[in-house]
Parts: sequence; C-alpha cells; structure tokens
Amino acid sequence: MALMKRQSRNLTWIRIKRNWGLYLLMVPAIIIFICFTYLPMYGVIIAFKNFKPAQGIWGSSWAGLKYFERYFSSYMFSNTIRNTLVISIYTIAVTFPLPIFLALMCNQMYARRFKKFFQVSTYLPHFISTVVMCGMIILFLSPSSGVIPKLCSMVGIRTGDLMGNANAFSSIYVWTEAWQHVGWDSIMYIAALSAVDPQLYEAAVVDGANKWQKMRYIDIPMLIPTAVTLFILRSGSVMSVGFEKVYLLQNDLNIASSEIISTYVYKMGLQSNQYSYSAAIGLFNNVVNFVLLLTVNQIARRMGDTSLF
Amino acid sequence: MTMAQKTNRNRVRRLRSDFVFDCVMYALAVLLVIVALYPMYFIVIASISDPNLVARGDILLLPKGITLAGYRHLFSMSNLWTGYGNTILYTLVGTMIMLGVNIPVAYVLSRKDLVGRRLFTLFFIFPMFFGGGLIPTFIILNNWFHMLDTFWVMVLPFSVIAYYIIVARTFFNTSLPQELWDAAQIDGCGNLRYFFTIVLPLSKAIIAVIALWAAVGHWNSYFNAMIYLRSPERYPLQLVMRNILINNEMAAAAMTGSAAAEVNRQANLIKYGAIVVSSLPIMTMYPFVQKYFNQGVMIGALKG
Repeated sequence: MALMKRQSRNLTWIRIKRNWGLYLLMVPAIIIFICFTYLPMYGVIIAFKNFKPAQGIWGSSWAGLKYFERYFSSYMFSNTIRNTLVISIYTIAVTFPLPIFLALMCNQMYARRFKKFFQVSTYLPHFISTVVMCGMIILFLSPSSGVIPKLCSMVGIRTGDLMGNANAFSSIYVWTEAWQHVGWDSIMYIAALSAVDPQLYEAAVVDGANKWQKMRYIDIPMLIPTAVTLFILRSGSVMSVGFEKVYLLQNDLNIASSEIISTYVYKMGLQSNQYSYSAAIGLFNNVVNFVLLLTVNQIARRMGDTSLF
Repeated sequence: MTMAQKTNRNRVRRLRSDFVFDCVMYALAVLLVIVALYPMYFIVIASISDPNLVARGDILLLPKGITLAGYRHLFSMSNLWTGYGNTILYTLVGTMIMLGVNIPVAYVLSRKDLVGRRLFTLFFIFPMFFGGGLIPTFIILNNWFHMLDTFWVMVLPFSVIAYYIIVARTFFNTSLPQELWDAAQIDGCGNLRYFFTIVLPLSKAIIAVIALWAAVGHWNSYFNAMIYLRSPERYPLQLVMRNILINNEMAAAAMTGSAAAEVNRQANLIKYGAIVVSSLPIMTMYPFVQKYFNQGVMIGALKG
C-alpha cells in the first residue's frame, strides 16, 4: 500500500517533470496575477486597520470592524445601496430580455443582406467608448441645445434639464445602456438559435405551424439554457454597477440618485484619502456579490440542470 | 368539404398570418436600425454644421451651413494628438502583452495531462468573482511597486484577463485534437516547441479575436488612466476626451470675446468633432473585422 502510494507520487512527479515547459508558459501570467491581483486581496486587510501609508499595510494598527460600523450607520449606507440596487435591477429588467427579443427577430429574417446590415448596425454602438457615450448623452440631453429636448418639444413634451433631474437618472442610464449593448448581447442567443436542427422547423411546418408558433414552440425553448446561465452571471453582480458610466454622468444636481457604492468608494478612498473606510465599503460590496452569485447558482442548480459550477 | 380543401384553407390562413408577422417584424427591424444608427449619424452632421442651427434644432437630417471650424480647432489642440499617440502606444504594447500572457495560459489549461490543472484553473478564475477592490489595488501599485504615473501601469498590471483565458481555452479544447500532441511527442517534440511551432500557427482565429478585444478595450478605457496617471503628457485619448466632453474644458478656454451662449455653441461643435475623431478608427475598422468578434463570442458561449 505504502509502496503503491510512493509509486503514484513518483508518477505524478514524472508527469510534472515531463511537462515542465507547460509550467514555464504560465509563469508570466502567474507573476502578474500574484503581484497585481492576489496581493491586493491581501491588501484588503486594511479594511480592518487604521491604514496610514507611512506605516504600511501590516504595520498599521488594528481597527476591528470600526469602518464597517461607520458605513452601516452613516446616512450614505442606505443611500448608496438603494441607488445601486435601483440602477442595477432596472438595468437587468431592461437589458436582459431585449437581446433575446432581438435574436428571435434576427432569426426570422430571411433577407440575408438586410439581416447582415441589421446585425452590423445594432452591434456598432457597442464599440463607442464610455467617455464618448457619456459625452453624447450630455450633448443630446442639454436643455439649451440638445436634440432630444428639441424633438420632444416638437411633439409637445417639455423635458426640462434631464441631466439635472435626479428622478430621470436611472432611466437615462438604463436606456442608453440598452441602446449601446442590446445588439451585441444578442450574439450569444443568435449563436444558440443557429444550433437549432432545421428538421425541427420542417416538422413544425408539416404540422401546420406558422412563424409565430415556430418561434414560440421551438426558438424560445432553445434559448432557455443560455438565458439561465447568463441570468445567473448577471444576478451575481446585482450589487456592482459599473463605475465608469455612472461617474461620468454624475453632477451636483442628480447626485441624490446617482451616488452608487463604487463611486462612493472612489470618492472616499482616492479623493478624501480615507483608505480604510473606503476599502471596508469595497470589501462589503464584494462579499455581498460573491454570496449572491453562490446563492443564485445553488438555486439554479436545484431548479434545473443549468449552473455555472 | 374534402380533406384537401381543408388543408388548403389552413395553408392560406397560415401564409396570411406569416405575411402579417413578416411585415410587423421588418418594420420593427427598420425602426431599430434607425434608432441604432441615427445618433451616430447626427454626431457626424452636427460636427460639420453651423452650431447655431444645431442649437436651434434645425439640423436633423442633413448638414446645413457647412463649417470646418470645429475640426480646424481640433487639429490645433496638441493635447488631443498627444493623447492619440499615447493611446496608440498603450494599445499596441498592451495588446501584445495581453496576447503574450493569456494565450499560453489558455493553452496550458486546455491540456488534460497537466498535473494541478484544476488548481491552476481556480487560480485564474477566482478573481472573476472576488477581488481586493479599488483601494487595496491602488495601495499595492502605489506603495509597493511605485507604478503610479508610469507607462507600465497602463499596460502591465491588468493584462491577465480570466475571460480571455476561458474563451481561448475553449477554442483549444475543441480545435486541437489530442492525436496531434501524441504524434508530435513521438517525433520528439517538446512542449515549448509544440506550442510555438504547431499550436500558435493553428490558432490564428482565436489570436485575432483576443487581439481585437484587447485592442478595443485599451482604446476605449479611461478608468485606469484616471486612477493611476498624473501627468497630462501621459494621458490617453479617452482621458483627454473626458476633459473635453464631460469636464467642459473647452467652453472655458475656447474662442474669446463672445457671449457665454456663443462660446458654449462653439464648444459643442468641437465636442461633436472630437467624438468623430476619437471613434473613427474603431467604427471604420469594425465592419471589416466583425466576423472575428462574433466568432469570439460564439466560442465563449460554448461551455468549456
């Protein structure tokens, strides 16, 4: 028994030695990952310390849960969490079903050239950078010279200063997000639909199905596994709204509904230099995300056979 | 009614409902294309039209009062062109580094005979779900590596991307048959030689996909630059764009001697032009390389 164990250990060792080249190929990535991704995970302990740059991460004194308590009891706690959740759930509600809809449409197009044109033009906005996108939003919504207030006033709607309206912020964020990414997000579903066996459609036609019925009884069921997987991924990040776009769209007038956790972390940490406090908020956010992902994944695994891991 | 008549009537009804379905769908599709393209088209016509007409809402379909003043001003802005140059440099070097670190890892993780494969996979995937966060990363980069405001901070620290690794690994899993490695091994070919002389030439498709993703990512990113760069001469294009578009740097500094509203309109003209100038390379390149992008997403959609 002991002999066998030693033999198998030897065998493993031989296999490692024979494949030394493979390990060598991973070295650069491993070094980069340890330095810039795993070391910051160690650095997260500053959330439990009174971090002072001069004393270093380990040398600073312990603070326990002080900074977490401070965040939980501050008025920004409910504020940032509410704004984050509103924007995030609103985004999922809009941008999750729309790509499915678009893919179903695309799958029904038989004019090949138009289909191609349709795809290229709906994907195109995806490649606009966040900065340019936000610049466009601000230009288009400007009350004095923007094209959207002008178009609205033509049909008799007074919009006022949309960027300065805290109530409009989440809608502006979500619908521009939809404009930019819905086409691109539909690719995954289009790919899933292209895997449908054509015989299914033929059989449906023989049974007298019209286009609507083919879509309802063949296409939609085909998309469900892909949709579930993507939904798990999305709901795991319900507490993390992208920093980049919200930060650029923020201004003093809409801050009441646009201050989300990540922008607050940035301001506390890098603009007010409250490193530990800000790290604590970030850590809290990450942990919630992680737990959410695991929970949703568990639920999905219970309900069906689709899960990430 | 005979059976034949009945099926015939059903068929007619079906064709009619299909016709309605098609009409609704194509109408909707045309509408969506307009919604997707019009804002970009508007930017282009607004960038060459008289800013006063734009502000009045007269420019909707065609450019009017054509002027190149906006572009003329843009060409004289040296910080924009420094940003352009920096971005090209960051994009080139950053993309090379990303390819260099991610592709080999993806290949190695696709090898079933790798001892510790699960462990290494976990090592690379875990940060997708949990991370140190902005502040600890900043402190490590700043206090330990002293990389604040350097060229390397823009291309090196965030170059390992788990998603690229997963996509490329899936590609290697499905497109490189085990027999190929077996045969090469019998001929005395080692891992490194096999990777560089056989795997890489066979994987041009996935290399193109990752390269394009990485290049677009570098071209469009402003966040890392905003956090880690201090000196304006290192700013990439997107950060310069942020100052022009969001922080309204132009309106304050632009043409002198006119009323605030007029300055604002001139600044808008420059903004429209700046959007065109900064987005042009990707927008014009995209239709030609789109098949690679789509391929990549589809490879990623397969489960590894």
